[in-house]
Amino acid sequence: MRPAGKTHAAKFALALAVLIGTAAAPRAQDDDVVKIGVLTDMSGLYSDIGGPGSVAAAKLAVEDFNPAAHGMKVEVIAGDHQNKPDVGANLARQWYDVDHVDVIVDVPTSSVALAVGDVTREKNKVFLGSGPASSDLTGPKCSPNTIQWTYDTWMLANSTGKSVVETGGDTWFFLTADYAFGQALQRDTTKVVLANGGKVLGDARHPLQTSDFSSFLLQAQTSKAKIIGLANAGGDTVNAIKQGAEFGITSRGQQFAGLLVFINDVEALSLKVAKGLVLTETWYWDMTEANRAFTKRWQQSRPGKFPSMVPAGVYSSVIHYLKAVEALKSDSDGRAVVAKMKEMPTDDPLFGKGSIRVDGRKIHAAYLFEVKKPEESKYPGDDYKLRATIPAAEAFRPLKDGACPLVSG
Amino acid sequence: MFEIFGIPSQALFGQLLLGLINGSFYALLSLGLAVIFGMLNIINFTHGAQYMMGAFAAYFLLNGIDILVPHFTGTWPPTFASVHFGLGLSYWWALILAPILVGITGLVIEQVFLQHLRKLDPLYGLLLTFGLGLVIEGLFRNAYGSSGQPYQAPAALQGGRNLGFMFLPNYRAWVIVLSFAVCLATWFAIERTRLGSHLRAATENPVLVRAFGFNVPLMVTLTYGFGVALAALAGVMAAPIYNVSPQMGTDLIIVVFAVVVIGGMGSILGAILTGFALGVIEGLTKVFYPEASNTVIFVIMAIVLLIRPAGLFGRRA
Amino acid sequence: MERALEPPIVAVKTRDANWSLGAAFIVMVVVFAVGPFVVYPVFLMKALCFALFACAFNLLIGYGGLASFGHALFLGWASYVTAYTAKAWGWPPELALVAGTATAAVLGVVAGGLAIRRQGIYFAMITLALSQMMYFFALEAKFTGGEDGIQGVPRGRLFGLFDLSHEMTMYVFVLIVFLAGFLLIYRIINSPFGEVLKAIRENEPRTISLGYKTERYKLVAFVLSATLSGLAGGLNSLVFQLASLTDVHWTMSGDVLLMTLLGGLGTVFGPVVGAFIVIAMQNYLAPFGQWVLVIQGAIFVVCVLLFRRGIVGEIAQLLRVPL
Repeated sequence: MRPAGKTHAAKFALALAVLIGTAAAPRAQDDDVVKIGVLTDMSGLYSDIGGPGSVAAAKLAVEDFNPAAHGMKVEVIAGDHQNKPDVGANLARQWYDVDHVDVIVDVPTSSVALAVGDVTREKNKVFLGSGPASSDLTGPKCSPNTIQWTYDTWMLANSTGKSVVETGGDTWFFLTADYAFGQALQRDTTKVVLANGGKVLGDARHPLQTSDFSSFLLQAQTSKAKIIGLANAGGDTVNAIKQGAEFGITSRGQQFAGLLVFINDVEALSLKVAKGLVLTETWYWDMTEANRAFTKRWQQSRPGKFPSMVPAGVYSSVIHYLKAVEALKSDSDGRAVVAKMKEMPTDDPLFGKGSIRVDGRKIHAAYLFEVKKPEESKYPGDDYKLRATIPAAEAFRPLKDGACPLVSG
Repeated sequence: MFEIFGIPSQALFGQLLLGLINGSFYALLSLGLAVIFGMLNIINFTHGAQYMMGAFAAYFLLNGIDILVPHFTGTWPPTFASVHFGLGLSYWWALILAPILVGITGLVIEQVFLQHLRKLDPLYGLLLTFGLGLVIEGLFRNAYGSSGQPYQAPAALQGGRNLGFMFLPNYRAWVIVLSFAVCLATWFAIERTRLGSHLRAATENPVLVRAFGFNVPLMVTLTYGFGVALAALAGVMAAPIYNVSPQMGTDLIIVVFAVVVIGGMGSILGAILTGFALGVIEGLTKVFYPEASNTVIFVIMAIVLLIRPAGLFGRRA
Repeated sequence: MERALEPPIVAVKTRDANWSLGAAFIVMVVVFAVGPFVVYPVFLMKALCFALFACAFNLLIGYGGLASFGHALFLGWASYVTAYTAKAWGWPPELALVAGTATAAVLGVVAGGLAIRRQGIYFAMITLALSQMMYFFALEAKFTGGEDGIQGVPRGRLFGLFDLSHEMTMYVFVLIVFLAGFLLIYRIINSPFGEVLKAIRENEPRTISLGYKTERYKLVAFVLSATLSGLAGGLNSLVFQLASLTDVHWTMSGDVLLMTLLGGLGTVFGPVVGAFIVIAMQNYLAPFGQWVLVIQGAIFVVCVLLFRRGIVGEIAQLLRVPL
């Protein structure tokens, strides 16, 4: 009993069409809605630093801005780039093309940020990177659609790096995460070390998200450098320090310099292991009343955790973006919005007053912290004591040194 | 402190020792694979996931596990609450319990899935176990993210010894000792005992052995469970060194496959010796030519296969 | 024991066999012609690239009976070479694509030469190991950009005339390349060469006894499969303007195996269907965390146990026509 051939071809076509139809992305939305996409690492080594915490911060920012009072509709969506540039770039492209996302925020992981920056520029949207570190984002890879918000490798090198060299750490061995961020951090810190009379004795490059540092640590030990500079972040830094303790690195006279350490890493290591570590952040939850209030609200969705400077940067960048969109009465031209954001001085409860430079660099003060000893900590999260404040004017790389094409002259 | 080929001896011996530690894991895991392949003629691609489950089992036994439990409050549907089941069992308990628990899941897998594949091309076994590995890894990743959970070495094994050329943590020394002991015991059991001879006979000629009255299907199932238990044991041992994370097995398992192929697919001795040897070779490469340390095992595999297609100790040509 | 993998398809050849293939082809072309107006074109382009990849893979496993676990090698390295020549050397897209495809061909000759000597599981393990070796080489090499990949690859102007940065122009180009590759594979399968290949798959000793140099046929099939996989890879890097480690990682080899198995080993349209389903699933389920992994694994398990013929294979069996 064989039905006619044509019916089967038709059925096949129908099946295929249904299949493709169900795969179709959601239909385009109105442009009345300002859509914010939080693109971050939801489950990998940076998920504690950014991740769901950044999403929570973005939502708090929208709440505080109160869109209804300004006659605006704002939506926040989130996505996981898994620390892979292709996943991040594809998601960004799809968000811009199909889901009508207007601005992407966060993106810890510099390699993803560079790719997202390219896509953002192509589609003329806005990218507010409060997560990535590479100073190239405001240097050779700067773009009229990108603003780097919270920190960068130059700032870290000139804050942590300089202070370590000045206190006697003049021979260095680098343990570097082998991608855009780690390489930038090593490069910027090397410049500082050499400029201050120090020497770099060698380096060991490890893949992103490494779990066993034993052979790299052994190389560091063999080099006999006084300082082992950790040009990595998140889970990699935590693992390196923990295993360093296991291999007796610090008890044999060498010291770790965590070039990018967040409060989440300190919490993961525990004060007992991390005490004495010198680090730089541009925001600390316990520094002002406003910060404490924000933290309390933020902790409702992240109980037991503390926000690092990254979610704080997400909050600050989202608020300023919404102010700029309100002033322009439109969100469709990314370059125009970014230009407006650079024109308007920034002011929010977390970072206070600041500004954004022509190369896309947000300017604010940086703080050198030292991790407290366990007996000095009075309550959970009481991890840092302030060692020095670097004023905003000195914290970031001078405009002329960046090689950013947007900077004329 | 002297130098060999321009490399300080401290670095050389240190990396060799670290290589021996890595080799311990390669040996244990390839032993499990060799046992399974020898008996079932299946490449157990789930091995990496089972290694990971062993590490997680140790983590759960110590820290407890949160399970969603329904609360029946008289209304329907029941509400779910997360209940913490804690056992606080230390590493030493985990060394025994985790392989047993994970081994039992192995028995289930063999009964439910693998026994249907006995008549098919062994490649289907590979595909099925590959799929199972993905399912298990995906489930754990959903629950625990992809960065690791911390697991402390037991107090008795913390600290270390200064060997002069390097500082060797006690726990890592223990890994070498235990893995060597387990490999030796397994080899002895299979090659030198009566039970082992029954197993080997059943591999060669299952029909005849069955005719002698031995329960061959049971032997097959138990062998698979044992191979899986070996993987889980390696996982428990790995937990304090590498973080307990859902993808700890995936990239490791490819290297272990290369080890098994070099050693010879059905050979127990080949798997053990090659595992330790390749760990040491990898360590050596890290000293002299670090960029190649990831690829050296594969290069060796390619060379061995060209010269001795059955592997160094393999029986089937 | 070493045997080539026997695909479980037994398609019944009837006298008017080819109408089903022709009809299915027309349906496919129509769907793809209409597709970009209904569905996000970038998604379709990705699916087309992977459909080509799966068809090339199927040539080797479905018709040659050789299961390779290392095809990511060809996809990934071709995408790197295409990306690099287009970006760093400024080559126009057609030349960049040729460069990538040629790279894959060369790699195919080398890898094939090493791997063909063995069969079955050993063959799979060798290909896996070779591709893993080249993965680590890609990780270390400067020009591939390591973890960052090669970003910002320009699409350029095809033949100096067509600006490929327009989505629809790019789509038409991708579709034409896919159809060309698809028809080429179909031609290979239904040629004297293809018949010998199928004979080798069914019973290699007998084929040897008939006087055919089977090693040579297998090698040619391997190189053809590698070359067309490279074409898919180069195309992919132009579509997304990015070449990254994902394309050389062994999970990519697993993905293409999944697509072909799901669609139907040894069928003509199976890989296309399989590729679409897998890409759609990865896309659609991405917000749901790691469920993609779980479902892909489950599909493997179910296919091996119950649906060894794959979707198109089952349909073909039901209708008793070749598909």
